[in-house]
Amino acid sequence: MAYSDKVIEHYNNPRNVGSLDKKDPNVGTGLVGAPECGDVMKLQMKVNPDTRIIEEAKFKTFGCGSAIASSSLATEWVKGKTVEEALAIKNTDIVRELSLPPVKIHCSVLAEDAIKAALSDWKKKQGDAEAKPAEPATAASH
Amino acid sequence: MAIKLPIYMDNHATTPVDPRVLEAMLPYFTEKFGNSASRNHEFGWVAEEAVENARGQIAKLINATPKEIIFTSGATESTNLAIKGAAEMYREKGNHIITQVTEHKATLDTCKRLEKYGYEVTYLPVQKDGRISLDELRKAITPKTILISIMYANNEIGVVQPIAEIGKIAKEKGIFFHVDGVQAVGKIPVDVQKDGIDLMSISGHKIYGPKGIGALYVRRKNPRVQLAAIIDGGGHERGMRSGTLNVTGIVGLGKACEICQNEMAAESEKLRKLRERLTERIMSRLDETFINGSMEHRLPHNINISFAFVEGESLLMGINDIAVSSGSACTSATLEPSYVLKALGVGEDLAHTSIRFGIGRFNTAEEVDYVADRVVETVQRLRELSPLYEMAKEGVDVSKMTWQTAAEH
Ligand SMILES: Cc1ncc(COP(=O)(O)O)c(C=O)c1O
Repeated sequence: MAYSDKVIEHYNNPRNVGSLDKKDPNVGTGLVGAPECGDVMKLQMKVNPDTRIIEEAKFKTFGCGSAIASSSLATEWVKGKTVEEALAIKNTDIVRELSLPPVKIHCSVLAEDAIKAALSDWKKKQGDAEAKPAEPATAASH
Repeated sequence: MAIKLPIYMDNHATTPVDPRVLEAMLPYFTEKFGNSASRNHEFGWVAEEAVENARGQIAKLINATPKEIIFTSGATESTNLAIKGAAEMYREKGNHIITQVTEHKATLDTCKRLEKYGYEVTYLPVQKDGRISLDELRKAITPKTILISIMYANNEIGVVQPIAEIGKIAKEKGIFFHVDGVQAVGKIPVDVQKDGIDLMSISGHKIYGPKGIGALYVRRKNPRVQLAAIIDGGGHERGMRSGTLNVTGIVGLGKACEICQNEMAAESEKLRKLRERLTERIMSRLDETFINGSMEHRLPHNINISFAFVEGESLLMGINDIAVSSGSACTSATLEPSYVLKALGVGEDLAHTSIRFGIGRFNTAEEVDYVADRVVETVQRLRELSPLYEMAKEGVDVSKMTWQTAAEH
């Protein structure tokens, strides 16, 4: 199967690879997927508690090229956004940007899940009253 | 010597046509184009002679007689003919077939269809090394068993089954024995007499012959095997497979077998050395790598390695100037990794990280070194990207974690 140029570009030059300190109260960590399904994404964001702006984002992904590209793109997109703006990112935005074929849509779903999971972890750490567990996007397409 | 890219190292999927095979085939496209069934002119006789010559070349390679070779369009058809043809012919005798779980789909799906028509099929499990247990085979046999179908060697892990032992059991019990010989014939010694084989599928394109040609060995003596045809028509191939013979393909298959016969001993030794070189050069430089399937009972040119914490498809993407295959199936709707590796008890997590290398006649030591270096470098790069590798290095047992979204998949 041929990959889109954007997927190849992210795969070859992934943005924001790495890890942030899980114990930092301003860092939210999302770990989604499962090794037996062939994809696991870890997405971490450092959020400024006053401005609620995401100042740093890092990822590590086990998965196919599209999964790597989806998470790399997600880190690029969330940086500089507020928590609320980041939560508004939809997997379909990722599909469009990376021209993912139907069989790879689950990669974008996982990236959306990872953003939600990381921010829900951050909110929990902040003792945020609104904190609720990450709601997976369209789980049925997994 | 400079290496030419991309490098092809997926010789279980298919092989290039050997130039000597092509050369043998060429005249039969143009000046010797006759129909081998034309009995009353020179064109037909020439074609027929070429077909009979090829029958002899194939028979010789597997220690059969020329009359026992039936030409087909490939091993998928051969296997369909063997299993369906025997099932129909011997329906009175019984309706039970025994096969095993790591067979090619040509066998598994043929058996599944027969189940719809009232046949019963036992799918034997395999052991950790990829081989069936002879005890389990004995236990599975019933008075209704008419056919045992077991592959000689597996196309993913190269594991060679105990064929001669199975043949002995089949003979003892008066059951026909079909073998999918696609990956073994021409690569390791296969002898239908010593191995007690009654039916065997062969494919041209796995042995440096053309695609679209195959053969079925059908035993004529001790015991004589009869098959109901699945393709009816002009009664070619003793009524077992109608249709004008693919003379060019047949000439190519014959020549391919002759070359294998002459060169197998030296070639398999060369490939074994290259395989060892590849394995050593990869595994000595990476931790957490695992070989899938028996090393003792294995085709000389196959190695199948799991690179823990690196998903197979992403690895293939990183080595895109090399053609190999992955046991991962991120593209399939089910996200199911290789059923062969699962049958061996390889965890799904590790099955997703597996790569199959099939070294072939035209690979060189320089290519092997290049492939090994590219694999090592790409695995290292992807492990830097892998949250699982990071967790494993921190001492987390990844296999014991519960995964948040696992239930939804
Ligand atoms: C073990 C095995 N059996 C059967 C087949 C089918 O052979 P063919 O492509 O000639 O139909 C293959 C090849 O894909 C194979 O590897």
